[in-house]
Amino acid sequence: MKTIKILGSGCAKCKTLYQNTLEAVKQTGIEAEVIKIEDFQEMMKYNVLTTPVLMIDEKSVIKGRVADVAEIKTLLIQ
Amino acid sequence: MKTFIFPFFALAVWILIYFNLQVSADFLVLSVLNLEPGTHLTESLRFFVFEVPKVLMLLVLIIFGVGIIRSYFSAEKTRKALEGKSTFAGNIMASLLGIVTPFCSCSAIPLFIGFIEAGVPLGVTFSFLIAAPMINEVAVILLFGLFGWKIALIYASTGLFIAILAGWIIGKLRLEHFVADWVYKIKSEGSEEPEEQLSFDQRIRVGLDSVKEIVGKVWIYIVIGVGVGAAVHGFVPEKMMADLMGQNAWYSVPLSVLIGVPLYSNAAGIIPIVSVLIEKGVPMGTALAFMMSVIALSLPEMIILKKVLKLPLIFIFAGIVAAGIMIVGFLFNWIM
Repeated sequence: MKTIKILGSGCAKCKTLYQNTLEAVKQTGIEAEVIKIEDFQEMMKYNVLTTPVLMIDEKSVIKGRVADVAEIKTLLIQ
Repeated sequence: MKTFIFPFFALAVWILIYFNLQVSADFLVLSVLNLEPGTHLTESLRFFVFEVPKVLMLLVLIIFGVGIIRSYFSAEKTRKALEGKSTFAGNIMASLLGIVTPFCSCSAIPLFIGFIEAGVPLGVTFSFLIAAPMINEVAVILLFGLFGWKIALIYASTGLFIAILAGWIIGKLRLEHFVADWVYKIKSEGSEEPEEQLSFDQRIRVGLDSVKEIVGKVWIYIVIGVGVGAAVHGFVPEKMMADLMGQNAWYSVPLSVLIGVPLYSNAAGIIPIVSVLIEKGVPMGTALAFMMSVIALSLPEMIILKKVLKLPLIFIFAGIVAAGIMIVGFLFNWIM
């Protein structure tokens, strides 16, 4: 069971990354919990400077950009 | 190896097309469409058919280059460089780094908090936040393409000057108590993660990705902007704007800033229109002030900033930047 977090304040890029992540999880069939963090105070605990951020099991793997479904899938399988 | 050769080949093709654009545009309008030169319609069309591909090609080339340069910078590295930096030197450094650090206005808040928390002084942080959106590559390329290198250089250097000075003043005023209280209480738990090292091939990919992302977003504004510009170019009488916003009308600079701030547009939409207004007699300083206020100060951005700044600081920030822009406007109306 993986914990995936998307950090971002609801801008267009953050929404795209969230959608792509949901799609990637569905396609790989991995058991994962996807959490969206939109609150700045919560977000800043993770030492974030540029949004959106994709975290898999508390490790940030994508910073400040949108990743496509294929890229997220490879990150999930690793 | 293949990705290493590809850019050079692409550059050769780019140069070949770019320097034949005027000839091709004229051929299309005058020979293929068989329009008579000199009429309003023909001149508008010639302008449009030439300017749109020209500006788009410049964008593709330069954004690719800037994308590669930016891959060597990151918000994390910039923060590290600015930690504990004080007064003037810090403001200069922050403004310069604001130009090259990858930045999206949607990241303004986390960036602001992250900088403050790491001990980057408030004024230095502001220098960064003013320079980053104002001196962006899209604005500078469009100015270069439509006005020439001199105006592009003037815009970038006066923009830099405003960012340095405004940040320095904010630092001197000691406004730290106007930052939302919770910002100072935050303690990041996340550890510094090592930066990933990119190969040159990957950097080329980063460059191509930024072309896809930025050009994919702004091309429609450029087509519309140049389209409106082309219509004005051909149909509005010469010097009509001169009476409206002429050199002698001192109020034209503050007025254009007042109109510019609530207008939320990006450089891509506004600069082609302004280029034609200048042709019709709007003085350079007024036009410069208008573009800067549209690009650098925006209402939505200030509403977002409300989450981390108390109202007085937002007004002081907007006031100082607006004052700086007006000084630039007056200065250029006076010397040009």
